[in-house]
Amino acid sequence: MHLPLSEMYNEPDDRNVLDRMRQGVIGQPLDRPEGALKVSGQATYAAEWRIDGCVEGVLVLAEIAQGQVTAIDRDAALARDGVLAVIADPAMTRRSAQGMAAKAPQQDAAKVEYFGQPVALVVARTFEQARDAAVALRVDYADAAEPVPFDPHAPDVKVEAPSSSKPVEGGDLDQAMRDAAFSVDVEYDTPGHASAAMEPHATIAQWQGDSLILHGSYQMLAYNVKEIADCLGISPDKVRIIAPYVGGGFGSKLGITHEAVAAALAARELGRPVRVVMSRQQVFQTVMRRSETRQRVRLAADAGGRLIGLGHEALVSNLPGEKFAEPVTQATEFLYGGENRLLKVEVARISRLTAGSVRAPGEAVGMQVLEAAMDELAEKIGIDPIELRKRNLPATVPVQGTPYSSRMLTQALEQGAQAFGWSARQDRPCQTRDGDWWVGMGVASAARVNMMVPAQARVTLRADGSALVETDQTDIGTGSYAILGQIAGEMLGLPMARVDVKLGDSALPPGAGSGGSFGAISTGSAVLYACEEIRKRLAKILGCAAEELVLKDGTASHGDAAPRPLRDVLGGEDLTTTGKIKPGKTAKAFSQASYGAFFAEVGVHAFTGEVRVRRMTGVFGFGRVLNAKTARSQCLGGMVWGIGSALTEELAFDTRDGHLVNHDLAEYHVPVHADVPAIEVILLEERDAAASPLQAKGVGELGICGAAGAIANAVYNACGVRVRSFPLTLDKIVPSLPDPFAQTL
Amino acid sequence: MKPFALDHAASPDAALAALGKGATAIAGGTNLIDLMKLQIATPERLVSIRRTGLDRIAPDGDGLRIGALVTNADCAADPRVRQDWPLLSQAILAGASPQLRNRATTGGNLCQRTRCGYFYDTTQACNKREAGSGCAARDGFNRIHAVLGTSDACIATYPGDMAVALLALDAVVLTQGPYGPRQIPLAMFHREPGDDPTRDNVLQPGELITAVRLPAPTGGRQIYRKVRDRASYAFALVSVAVDLTMEEGRIARCALAFGSLGTVPWRDPAVEEVLIGQEPSPALFARAAEVLLHHARGFGANDFKIPLAARALAATLAQATKV
Repeated sequence: MHLPLSEMYNEPDDRNVLDRMRQGVIGQPLDRPEGALKVSGQATYAAEWRIDGCVEGVLVLAEIAQGQVTAIDRDAALARDGVLAVIADPAMTRRSAQGMAAKAPQQDAAKVEYFGQPVALVVARTFEQARDAAVALRVDYADAAEPVPFDPHAPDVKVEAPSSSKPVEGGDLDQAMRDAAFSVDVEYDTPGHASAAMEPHATIAQWQGDSLILHGSYQMLAYNVKEIADCLGISPDKVRIIAPYVGGGFGSKLGITHEAVAAALAARELGRPVRVVMSRQQVFQTVMRRSETRQRVRLAADAGGRLIGLGHEALVSNLPGEKFAEPVTQATEFLYGGENRLLKVEVARISRLTAGSVRAPGEAVGMQVLEAAMDELAEKIGIDPIELRKRNLPATVPVQGTPYSSRMLTQALEQGAQAFGWSARQDRPCQTRDGDWWVGMGVASAARVNMMVPAQARVTLRADGSALVETDQTDIGTGSYAILGQIAGEMLGLPMARVDVKLGDSALPPGAGSGGSFGAISTGSAVLYACEEIRKRLAKILGCAAEELVLKDGTASHGDAAPRPLRDVLGGEDLTTTGKIKPGKTAKAFSQASYGAFFAEVGVHAFTGEVRVRRMTGVFGFGRVLNAKTARSQCLGGMVWGIGSALTEELAFDTRDGHLVNHDLAEYHVPVHADVPAIEVILLEERDAAASPLQAKGVGELGICGAAGAIANAVYNACGVRVRSFPLTLDKIVPSLPDPFAQTL
Repeated sequence: MKPFALDHAASPDAALAALGKGATAIAGGTNLIDLMKLQIATPERLVSIRRTGLDRIAPDGDGLRIGALVTNADCAADPRVRQDWPLLSQAILAGASPQLRNRATTGGNLCQRTRCGYFYDTTQACNKREAGSGCAARDGFNRIHAVLGTSDACIATYPGDMAVALLALDAVVLTQGPYGPRQIPLAMFHREPGDDPTRDNVLQPGELITAVRLPAPTGGRQIYRKVRDRASYAFALVSVAVDLTMEEGRIARCALAFGSLGTVPWRDPAVEEVLIGQEPSPALFARAAEVLLHHARGFGANDFKIPLAARALAATLAQATKV
C-alpha cells in the first residue's frame, strides 16, 4: 500500500499502522521517563538554571487601572543598594500574547489598561534588593481620558460581536420555544478563572552577541520565539527558547508574557543575564484570565423529549480590541440536535487583565452550563437525564450537516451508568440523607473539539540501534516525553530504554506545542511519519516491502528470515528524518471531537450548605489511547478542575477600581486533596482515522468539559436547590435549603 | 522585604531584652514573613525566640501549661490535649496545612493577623495597615469579613481557629514584659478595632507571650465545627467551638465561641445563658442564635454569615446535645 506521507492530512488514515506493530508499548500505562527527575527536584525549571553573572528583575505593577505613566523616579531607585537599572521601555508588553499569535502582543506598558498591569522592571544584584526597590519605585500617572468600565454588566459597557466567531443560526428558535411541549429558558453565570499553574511565569534572558537565549516556561516555543522577536524587533532566528520542563501551563503559557520581554530588554541594556520571576500575585494580576460568562440557554423539546430548538447565547469580556472571545458555544454546535437554533457569543469591553485561553476555552464553561440546563429539561419532561441525552444525538451536525468522525457518547453514558451505579439515583431531590448530609447524583456529557495543528519531529535511528526523537514540543506535565517515546518505540520495535526523547528547545524541529489538546496527536503524528520513513529505508536495506518489515526488541526481520539486530542492519549509519504534518481536508470534512460522560455523587450539608463531592466517575472516548496512565491523569486532572469550577474557583474583582481581590492561592480556591474524593476514570478504546494517523484524538482538556455540570446537577438532586451561578458556594445554597431538622422531604 | 537584622535569643530574658530595644519577635514566621515580603510589616530587627526553651507542655495544677513556642502540630498531637481538651486539638487540625502547623507556634498563632484582602494589598486603603487611610473593604468585596464587633474603621475578622477553641476553654495567656508578668484571659486578649484597628491585641511594646494556661478540663462534650469554602486549607467562613455538658436531658453547662464571625474570637455569655438549664431543641438553638446575632450587621457580600452562623450553631448544638 502506498504510504500517504503527504504533509496535509487530507484523507482519514485507517491503516491503523500502530496496531500492526509488534513492540507492544503503545497504549501501555508506562511511567513518564522524566517523572523521577521531577519528584526528586532534579528537573530544571525556568528560574532554576544557574547562569553566571545573572542579576534579578522584579516587575512593577500599575496601582491604577487606566491612564498614562507620566513619570518614573528612576534616580531614587538607582540610588538604592544594589539597583542596576529601571527598565520602562516602549517595547515592554501590556498584554500577554494569545495562543499561536506568533507576533507581539500590545506593547508600550506606559499606557495602563487594567489594574496591576506591569509598567516597569527594576533590576538589582539580589532579588530582595530588586523587590524592595520595585515596591518603593515612584510612578506618576495621568488618568485615562475615556475610561472603560470594570464590570461587564455595567450599563455603559460596550458590547461587540467578536471577530473570532460567527453566530450559528437555523430555523426559528422563538417559534420552536412556543411550539415546545417542554422548554427551559435559563440564565447562568460563571466567574472568571485563573490557570493557577504551579510554576509561576519566569524567564532568564541572556544575550550572546545579537542572539538571545531564554530559559522560560512556555507551552508553544515556535510561536513564542516569533512573539519575542517581534517585541524586540529582531529576527526570530536570533532567539532560542529552552524549556525542557514546564510546571503546568493550562493556557497561561501559550503566548509570551511580560516577564520574558522585560528580562530580554534588561539583559540587553545591562549586557548581562537577567532573571525575572513573577510572584504568585503578579501571575494572577497580569498574565491571563478566563472570562466570566453570562449564558442564556433555551431548550425546546417535543412531547417525546426530542429537541426541536436550542439556543445558547453568551456574554463574555475582554480588553478593547482583543480578538479572543471565550468560545462558549463551541461544543453546543455539534453536541445535541434541534434544528431551530441560535448560538451566539458577544464580548463586553472592560478593564481587566487579558482574557484568553484557560484549559478548554469554550467547553470548560459552556458545557457545564449546557449540561446543567439539560438536567433542568430532563426534570421538566420527567425522564432520566441520560435518556434525554441519548435521544438527542443527531446523525449529522445540525445546520451544517457535517458527519461525525466518531462519537463514543452513548457508550460513555451507558458504561458510566453501570460503573457508577446510576440506577440507585432518586429521581426527586431530598430523598437521601446520610447524617447531616443530603446526598444526590448527577450526570453530564463531556465533549471537546479535536484539533490538529502543524507539527514536525525529527527521528534518528542511531547506528547503535537506539532512537532519538527531537522536537520543540513541550511537556507541561502532560506526558509528551512518554507518548512520543512510545510512538517511536512501537514503530521502530524498540523497548523504551532504547528511545531518547529531547523536547522543549526551539532549536529543534517545531512541534505543535502544548495547547488545545492538540500536542499529542499533532506532534505524535509527525513522529509516526518520521518512523514510517525510517521503516521504509530499513526495508530497502533489507530488500523487502515496508509492510513486510517486522521490528521488535531492537531486531529487524521479514518473511522467514531470522531477526537481525538493528545495529547490524544499519552498518554504522544513522538513519534520520523529519516527519511533518499539517491539518488538511479531514479537519473540515468531519466533525471531530472527544466525548465522554461524568457522574458525580455529592453531599450537601443540610445545615450549612457546604457541598463536598463524595465520588466521581468519568468515562472517555478519544480515539486511540497512547498511554493509559498519562491519559488517565489528564482526565483525572480535568475532573479536579471540574470540582473547582463547580464549587470553589472564582476571580473576584473589585468593580470600584478594577483590582483583583483574591490574587493568591489562599483566597483563590483551587480544590485541595480533601476536596477530591476517589475518582474513577474509564477509558474507551476507539480508532478515529479522521482525527490523525494515530487514530487518536485530544484528551488534555476533555476531563473538565462538563464535569462541573454533573456536580451542579448532583447538588440539585441532593437538596433541591438549583443554583444558576457558579461556583456553588454555600452562601448561594443556604437561603433555599429545606428545614435541616427534617430527615427527608 | 526590607533588609533586617536577625538575632537569636537563648532565653526568655534575652528575648525580653531584645524586645525592649525595639526588636520584633519571630517564632514560626508563618505570618510575619509573608507580611514582611509584602512590606506590611517592616521590622528592622528581628529576634528569634525559637531557642528560648518555651516549647514544653507541662501540667499546671489540674490544668495544662502550653509553652508559647509549642508548635501547632505538637499541641494538637499531645495526648493530654487530645484526652482532656479535644476541642483545642480539633481546632488546630482544622487550620492551615501540616507544613504550616509544623512551623506555627501557640504564641504566634494568637498574634496571627487578619486575612482581609485589602489589608494584604498595599494599593488599597486599610486602617489596620495604615491608620487613617480608610477601609476599602467596607464597600468592597467583603465576603469573608466580620458581622460582629465591627467599627467604622475596620470590619476585618480575626481568622484563626486555635484561639476560638482557647476562648471556649477559658484559657489564659501568660506574658512577661517590662512591667512584669501578666495573666490575660483569652477573652481579654484580642481587641475589637474601634477607632484603632492597627492593634489586634492588648500586648504592650516589649511584652512576650510565654505560655497559654488551660484550666482544669470540664469533662464536657467538645466539638469544633469549621464551615469553609473547601474541605481543607481555607479560613473559616464561620466556626463554632462548643464545650457542653448534659445532665438529665438538660444542658447543664455550656461554653460557646465563634470564629470568623467577629473582629475577634467571639464569645457571648448571654448565648450560653439562653441554653443552660434547658432541654435541647431546634427552637432553643434558634433562640440562642437570635441572641448571638441580635447586633450582627452585614456589609453586603458577607450578609450570608448571619443566617449561616445560626445554622452552624444549630448543627453543632444538635450534635453536642445528642445523647
